[in-house]
Amino acid sequence: MAPAITTLAADAPTLSAANTGFMLICSALVMLMTPGLAFFYGGMVRVKSSLNMLMMSFISLGIVTVLWVLYGFGIAFGTDSGGVVGWSSDYLGLSGIGITELWDGYTVPVYVFAVFQLMFAVITPALISGALADRVKFSAWALFIALWATVVYFPVAHWVWAPGGWLFEMGVIDFAGGTAVHINAGAAALGVILVIGKRIGFKKDPMRPHSLPLVMLGASLLWFGWFGFNAGSWLGNDDGVGAVMFVNTQVAAGAAMLAWLAYEKLRHGSFTTLGAASGAVAGLVAITPAGGSCSPLGAIAIGAVSGLVCAIAVGLKYKLGYDDSLDVIGVHLVGGVIGSLLVGFFATGGVQSEAAGLFYGGGLEQLGKQAVGVFSVLAYSLVASALLAFLLDKTMRMRVSEDDEVSGIDQVEHAETAYDFSGAGGGAPSRSTAAPVPAAAASKKVNA
Amino acid sequence: MKLITAIVKPHRLDEIKDALQRFGVQGLTVSEASGYGRQRGHTEVYRGAEYTVDLVPKIRIEVVVEDDDAEPVMEILVTSARTGKIGDGKVWSVPVDALVRVRTGERGAEAL
Repeated sequence: MAPAITTLAADAPTLSAANTGFMLICSALVMLMTPGLAFFYGGMVRVKSSLNMLMMSFISLGIVTVLWVLYGFGIAFGTDSGGVVGWSSDYLGLSGIGITELWDGYTVPVYVFAVFQLMFAVITPALISGALADRVKFSAWALFIALWATVVYFPVAHWVWAPGGWLFEMGVIDFAGGTAVHINAGAAALGVILVIGKRIGFKKDPMRPHSLPLVMLGASLLWFGWFGFNAGSWLGNDDGVGAVMFVNTQVAAGAAMLAWLAYEKLRHGSFTTLGAASGAVAGLVAITPAGGSCSPLGAIAIGAVSGLVCAIAVGLKYKLGYDDSLDVIGVHLVGGVIGSLLVGFFATGGVQSEAAGLFYGGGLEQLGKQAVGVFSVLAYSLVASALLAFLLDKTMRMRVSEDDEVSGIDQVEHAETAYDFSGAGGGAPSRSTAAPVPAAAASKKVNA
Repeated sequence: MKLITAIVKPHRLDEIKDALQRFGVQGLTVSEASGYGRQRGHTEVYRGAEYTVDLVPKIRIEVVVEDDDAEPVMEILVTSARTGKIGDGKVWSVPVDALVRVRTGERGAEAL
């Protein structure tokens, strides 16, 4: 991920118990972000599709986890091939890795690096789901995740973070995933919704969030997990960069929340909870690529800019007419672009790498590199995701039927509803649902 | 006999119940309701998107009383529900033709 520190042969790294323990905790923190995201999104949709929203994130923990072990880690971090993908037979099924074998140049085992990176691979497709709320078949979504992770995420992670990856070698700074995670997911969201279209009733029916407390809970879990996401991305090395990143993460989220709220107060008259949660997330997104290279004051600036610009950007969908249900583009794509480009201004040259930004005497060089990283990942993800969605839509239809979308996707896709609002007799088992299991079992026995 | 119906703000319920009990009204029925009057509802803002919420939560209180008690009970309902602000609600009464207590079969005023 980060540029390797040059070490003399005599100083070859040995396994560090402290770093290994720290990285396992960071991995668990990043895992928590996916259910956090599920609640963040789940609270923002209407009651009738809240379970589906939770499941669209949660399923990624199943699908991507398995794919990562089978071949994802190999594609992302195996031996480079042409700067585009990696491959290593040892990584197939994580079968050829020794338990004390270290990740090259670091003091943590390969297994630890693999599991930390796994959590990034899990949350990235889950991020896309917010744009597709209320209207996509669960089976189509599950297949989309598997294909997208394989065709888009694993290779892009290689480009950005793996030694030999073409953006990594160019010197693009993406500390913890502004490009590989947020721009990647945001551009994919745009690609998919351009294919599947708007929700029925978009801009006509009220689609207000059904539970802002869930949104706040989700945003809080995201914020908490983000410390693992960001501070862990230096792999626990003992030079203080992880600590700077931790500080910058907190500072940027706070500044972005204030900026979003100030904009809302001026523009709409109220300080809203949804604005506070969204602002914090926007700041976290923007600091993700940048926080390893800037100072805490730079982090305040990056946070404030992202809070303000993302607050303005989420209104674009009404003006431009695309239905990004929960503002994945407005928050993740825009926030990721801001953070990644601002590295070109705020990199001090004295933290993660020696590359300095425009405000620190570095000229335009780093900004140019950042722009290449931003727009190449944006373009690839947008086109590839749109093609995948088109393919799935032509073969199995991505959307549920109109009737099912209007009456609520939870019931039809999951045979459940999130809350029991019924009064008299609502939850009682009916004969048709209570009886079949024993009846079926009995008849099978007779037949046998 | 008269059926008196009051559509009022939910938070006035305790006040109304106490006042009706002091007057001697034996029973009442309360249900959740929603609606709007002349002032309509209110506006909410979510990430800049404004939603007009027309239907405001209310409660509906129903009591059946003898004809002579109808006016004072309506007066009690009005005074104890009043906050002086928009959306305080409405109270009305309609004649009741017949009334039966389910447990005993008593009819009319005896069943109250």
